[in-house]
Amino acid sequence: MNFLRKYIDKIKPNFQEGGKLKMFHSTFDAFETFLFVPNDVTKKGSHIRDSIDLKRTMIFVVIALVPALLFGIYNVGYQHFLSHGESVGFWQMFFYGFMKVLPIIVVSYVVSLTIEFAAAQIKGHPLNEGVLVTGILIPMIMPPDIPLWMVAVATAFSIIFAKEVFGGTGMNFLNPALVARAFIFFAYPSAISGDKVWIAEKADAFSGATSLAQASAHEFDKIASVQDLMIGFVPGSIGETSKIAILIGAVFLVFVGVGSLRIILSSIVGLLSTALLFNVIGLNPYMDMPFYYHLLFGGFLFGAVFMATDPVSASQTAKGKIIYGFLIGVITVLIRVVNPAYPEGTMLAILLMNVFAPLIDYYVVDANVKRRLKRVKVSNN
Amino acid sequence: MENIISIFVRSIFVDNMIFAFFLGMCSYLAVSKTVKVSMGLGIAVAFVLTITVPINYLLEEFLLKEGALVWLGEEYANTDLSFLSFIMFIAVIASMVQLVEMVVEKFSPALYNSLGIFLPLIAVNCAILGGSLFMQERDYANIAEATAFGLGSGIGWLLAIVAIAAIREKLKYSNIPAPLRGIGITFIITGLMAIAFMSFLGIKL
Repeated sequence: MNFLRKYIDKIKPNFQEGGKLKMFHSTFDAFETFLFVPNDVTKKGSHIRDSIDLKRTMIFVVIALVPALLFGIYNVGYQHFLSHGESVGFWQMFFYGFMKVLPIIVVSYVVSLTIEFAAAQIKGHPLNEGVLVTGILIPMIMPPDIPLWMVAVATAFSIIFAKEVFGGTGMNFLNPALVARAFIFFAYPSAISGDKVWIAEKADAFSGATSLAQASAHEFDKIASVQDLMIGFVPGSIGETSKIAILIGAVFLVFVGVGSLRIILSSIVGLLSTALLFNVIGLNPYMDMPFYYHLLFGGFLFGAVFMATDPVSASQTAKGKIIYGFLIGVITVLIRVVNPAYPEGTMLAILLMNVFAPLIDYYVVDANVKRRLKRVKVSNN
Repeated sequence: MENIISIFVRSIFVDNMIFAFFLGMCSYLAVSKTVKVSMGLGIAVAFVLTITVPINYLLEEFLLKEGALVWLGEEYANTDLSFLSFIMFIAVIASMVQLVEMVVEKFSPALYNSLGIFLPLIAVNCAILGGSLFMQERDYANIAEATAFGLGSGIGWLLAIVAIAAIREKLKYSNIPAPLRGIGITFIITGLMAIAFMSFLGIKL
């Protein structure tokens, strides 16, 4: 590693004030801090020091995503060979899935990093690491057979219009990965919904409907067993199928303090209580479905753990987080059960609550201010 | 009863004045800088919509529609005064806005000052005339449905403006590129919010 350090130190003056390559200093900066821990210190004022910074926060999220991603890769291969009725070994399945998923990840990273580097160059800012999370989240919420150009267009749209126009990482109000998915969902619906897309190169005779689509069609006898739903041997988006892998990620995120336990738990409570309420009303067979199925279906758990907890677009206040998470759960079930147009509601529920999160925060803070003002008045009398 | 609830919910979320029809944009863009002021304007708009849509419904039913004047006598059965509907609707709206203006000035001078010209301009807010014209076009069966529609559209507009105001307050701390600051970024936010509101598209109650 020493020669690398020396080499970077050697070319560093070119990128600093007065050097001939100064215009590329943010790109250089990004590579330098990626390779080595920066040794910059602040020059004035007192600071509270903690080793947690943006870089570490974002890398923690990427690590938490790894179990779900690995299982997703395996499941892509598993579903493919299952649909063709072939039985092959573990590594062959894994390799098949790997060859399917890798191009999507590469496209999403190349597009998002290019835009991010260009934006950092233009603004003369250092590069932010938030893009690493967005770049891995986008492939995980895509069906395995998604055309790569759509991934590229959607990634470009979301990075530019949901993030860079607001000033980059930490300034946006919608989750960029969800915007990318919503973009494909509304612009090219046939590529991301229906029964055909959830299994890579599916054999024609095999039904590739997701559990949610089966539930919408009231085909409850066809739904996979609870065990398969838990482990994740069902068709679906790449990263969303395995609830166990997602829960491992959730435990890690909560343990390192990056993901908010409040949001995760309150959204699950919101989901289950609304589903229970529908059980009581019971107007149609979908409402009568066992309430815990909603937790196991589709992308809800993935969304609740990795999307809703996004510290930028979620509510910031403690009380606000509970309201925000609860409403995500409620709206998810509402869209799934009441809206026949969309079988899955997690993505749209989280986007909608992202829109209202600042408003929730505003009123939570406002109520707090009023409560404390009242206390001051009482003590003054 | 079920029908009325359905119209009410649909007009808040599905047929939202801002996100589905982009009506009433001028005050929506101009006044949405702080939550407090936009809440005031939102309530004013919701109030005016709730009052004017049913009044205009009565006008439509008993004055303007073809054959509406039949209560005066059989000879009016073929009279069609609907060419007057624009001017009648606007007259009702303008007088209602005048009333709201006086009330706001009396009871909340601070809000009156911060709303400025946009309070009297509610009279020409497209969301409000749009509400009456939608009511005419959709041909609601009775006055309760028209009221539910007016109230729902008003609340939908109110939700939209306070949501964007909260987002804009939050974005004060964002580093938005200079050419986009102000109206430019507001248009982008509105577009993104409209994507989020598409979640309700297709809901049937």
